[in-house]
Amino acid sequence: MTTLHAVPRTELQTVTVRFAGDSGDGMQLTGSQFTSTAAFIGNDISTFPDFPAEIRAPAGTLAGVSGFMLGFSSQDIHTTGDFANVLVAMNPAALKVSLMDLEKGGIVIVNSDNFSKNDLRKAEYKENPLEDGSLENYRVVPIPISSLTIKATEDSGLSHKEAGRSKNFFALGALCWLFDRPLDYTLEWIASKFKNRPEVCKANTQALNAGFNFGLNTEVFQESYRVRPAKMPAGEYRQITGNQALSYGVVAAAKQSGRTVLYASYPITPASDVLHELARHKHFGVRILQAEDEIAAMSAAIGASFGGALGVSGTSGPGLDLKSEALGYAVMTELPVVLLNIQRGGPSTGLPTKTEQSDLLAALYGRHGECPIPIVAPCTPGDCFLMALEAFRIAINYMTPVILLSDNSLANGAEPWRLPDLSTLPDLTPNFRTEAEGFHPYLRDPETHARPWALPGTPGLEHRLGGLEKDHDSGNINYEPENHERMVRVREAKIQAVAKTLAPLEVMGPKQNEVLVVTWGSSYGPSRSAVEKLQAQGQPVSLLVLRHLNPLPEDLGTVLANFRHIFVPEMNRGQLAHVLRAEFLVDAISFHKVQGRPFQITEIEHRIRALLRKSRPKAEAVD
Amino acid sequence: MNAPVPRNLTKADFTSDQTVRWCPGCGDYSILSNVQKVFPELGVPRENIVFISGIGCSSRFPYYMNTYGMHTIHGRAPAFATGLKIARPELSLWLVTGDGDGLSIGGNHLFHILRRNVDVNILLFNNRVYGLTKGQSSPTSEFGMVTKSTPGGAFDQPVRPVSFALSSGATFVARALDTDPKGLQAVFKAAAAHHGTAFVEILQNCPIFNEGTWDSITERSLREDRLVRLEAGKPLVFGKDRNKGIRLRGLKPMVVEFDPEQVPTDLLYHDPEDDMYSHIVSQFDHPDYPVPLGVIHQVERSTHEDTILEREHLQREQKGMGDLKALIRGQQAWTVN
Repeated sequence: MTTLHAVPRTELQTVTVRFAGDSGDGMQLTGSQFTSTAAFIGNDISTFPDFPAEIRAPAGTLAGVSGFMLGFSSQDIHTTGDFANVLVAMNPAALKVSLMDLEKGGIVIVNSDNFSKNDLRKAEYKENPLEDGSLENYRVVPIPISSLTIKATEDSGLSHKEAGRSKNFFALGALCWLFDRPLDYTLEWIASKFKNRPEVCKANTQALNAGFNFGLNTEVFQESYRVRPAKMPAGEYRQITGNQALSYGVVAAAKQSGRTVLYASYPITPASDVLHELARHKHFGVRILQAEDEIAAMSAAIGASFGGALGVSGTSGPGLDLKSEALGYAVMTELPVVLLNIQRGGPSTGLPTKTEQSDLLAALYGRHGECPIPIVAPCTPGDCFLMALEAFRIAINYMTPVILLSDNSLANGAEPWRLPDLSTLPDLTPNFRTEAEGFHPYLRDPETHARPWALPGTPGLEHRLGGLEKDHDSGNINYEPENHERMVRVREAKIQAVAKTLAPLEVMGPKQNEVLVVTWGSSYGPSRSAVEKLQAQGQPVSLLVLRHLNPLPEDLGTVLANFRHIFVPEMNRGQLAHVLRAEFLVDAISFHKVQGRPFQITEIEHRIRALLRKSRPKAEAVD
Repeated sequence: MNAPVPRNLTKADFTSDQTVRWCPGCGDYSILSNVQKVFPELGVPRENIVFISGIGCSSRFPYYMNTYGMHTIHGRAPAFATGLKIARPELSLWLVTGDGDGLSIGGNHLFHILRRNVDVNILLFNNRVYGLTKGQSSPTSEFGMVTKSTPGGAFDQPVRPVSFALSSGATFVARALDTDPKGLQAVFKAAAAHHGTAFVEILQNCPIFNEGTWDSITERSLREDRLVRLEAGKPLVFGKDRNKGIRLRGLKPMVVEFDPEQVPTDLLYHDPEDDMYSHIVSQFDHPDYPVPLGVIHQVERSTHEDTILEREHLQREQKGMGDLKALIRGQQAWTVN
């Protein structure tokens, strides 16, 4: 972990900051603005927003704390970092909840205006932590942020109460001074965001400047820090969250296929942002249905696909449960449709705003009957863009529903994303059947096993689809025993055929080694950081990320066979490990965590070290 | 491909090669036959017609129509139809459902398609019983009806489909009888001509599990006294001798008798565009009132898909067809050299 040295303007490699306050304090906004500035300066970044399921829990209480963690670095980073070096706590509750995420010796900036007896009581503090010595392991910087903000915004034209809301910009200004960040980026953003509310624009600007000047003019901070730009591959970058990238992937699919998209969805955390984003892009040919429920959303998407549009739905765990019957129908009728499932903590309502990877087995097996569905899983926020297109490629070419598994921490986390060269995106133009001569609705392409996609409006191709078992050729209802077995097998073979089109797996590190860390989804970030760290120390560890979870890549068995240990960190109780054991008879070692929070790099690192110690003679062990 | 030769379609053109498998004497045969009979007159190319159904006896309907079709999952046909219509507004969509499929498991979807006014024609076959699952009570089963699942008699309030549709904001509500070809065909044509969701309740007999369920109003000797055929702009007159009508006393409709030679001038006149009136007429039921047949309610309102298309068009006028590169680049991109 990086530590802060008591020298004016110290160079640092990586810094982690956590902003925490009430749900209504604007911490998400402050965090994302500070992130934008860091990205703009050229740091590599990684963020982790962390907010409660309650919209506005009672102010000042532990339940209402909303946090935003940001890592920014002059190096290539894959997570925010395990512990914050700096914590900004807007009230005692935010302090109490966040302290466990702060490194020993870290800086705590607190809004000292919010530490009255009443504030302390709401945060369930018996003593004032600023006075009782409980923070002596940290460098505490109390700043009366609320009153300084009100003072700075006196001529903004807003009442004290309204102007007080700009306090998050004061905090942001102070942080900008502390880390030597320019204000222009945020000033520009404020000017454009609040152009129709000049008083608010003025107050936020004043608060931001006041925060910066406070750092500059007072001696509250004894030093400031600098994090140089990271060396990143040349190109044009933007900051992107997983849900944004997924939405753009859906828009790109409309472009690449030349078809209308119907995004049918029922609001659910953390997938709703995709609905909101797509609702703004009608001119790209993206039509939206906010359906009456999850079942209707899936059904409408399938209906649209029957008509030749790209049907898409988005949801999270509880919605995945509800959609299973409709997904089975899409398997039976062999219609292309994509389901974006942004995983959250389960079962039932579970942890709606927390992250987990526990829907893999539900996506694989959660339907009655033999009901195979391809599954893809992006592993970084930016990867969501390409994997959305990949989901459509499989759906269209193989006439099948496809489930994309994202998760809350990919969905809301941000990273710098190198803009893709649009000319390299896959061509998704569907090959619709138009020829009436020789048309059999269930006669298959010999290579893909896909049946023809024949659209209403085409003369001579009138046919009926349904959920009853189909004749292998005509698609008429057929209950014959041999036909059913044949159809079950062909539906399976069709999905297996997808594996033939996947690029060879790329192992990070030696292809033959002691330990292979196999990861998927957002666990890739901390896994990669841990492996990089161990590799730098000469440890025999390699990394593999799986982005196709059904079918599994054809070369996976061969890759696994070259390692003594297969180590699988997942935010569930070992679901991918279970699949690997079943498919390849390997002794996959599961490392699991279900706390609604991503892995820390060190957790994974320590486990791998322990594994290496066990597997080798004691004399050789390094730790 | 061969260009289709334009020709006049016949009933045979709408008949698929699949054997119809409803029970002998099922009311569905007559409904199917009348649909097939009337479709050539609608002037819609066969390939532009899609039949969508849920699950149940009535939902086998699409297999017997030589058009495009989807036999979907239980209760969800309105959602499939909504998705298809948004994707392909030019298609002519027909949805076939029953009292269980449409009003029990699919009640929510039926409510929402009506509220949205998606241009789909809905035929709800009401036989007041579950047929395909062999005889349980349905949401339209009468009080006291003995079924396998209600041996002591059904005891939940039955729903009146036309009233449900009206309260859901339907722009077209009608009722017909399985044994009345003329009435069926007239209602099908009116539904096809309506732009918006057209809801048609068809009173249908199930000879196996609910034989004679509608006899009290449809039996030949009784029906003229127990049914009223609605005609826009005409007074509500019924009875074998055309000597009965309805009059409003306050908000209370009263059945009145008169000399057919001297029809009173203060009878209730059928005005399907009037909301309040339609709600009152939709409530008419045996034995207090004659059961209305024909178009109960019809108004114009913009459809769900029309609005989607208008907004898409408007956004394209303002922003063009969409520049993917500009979209993903956003406002705050930076360059690394």
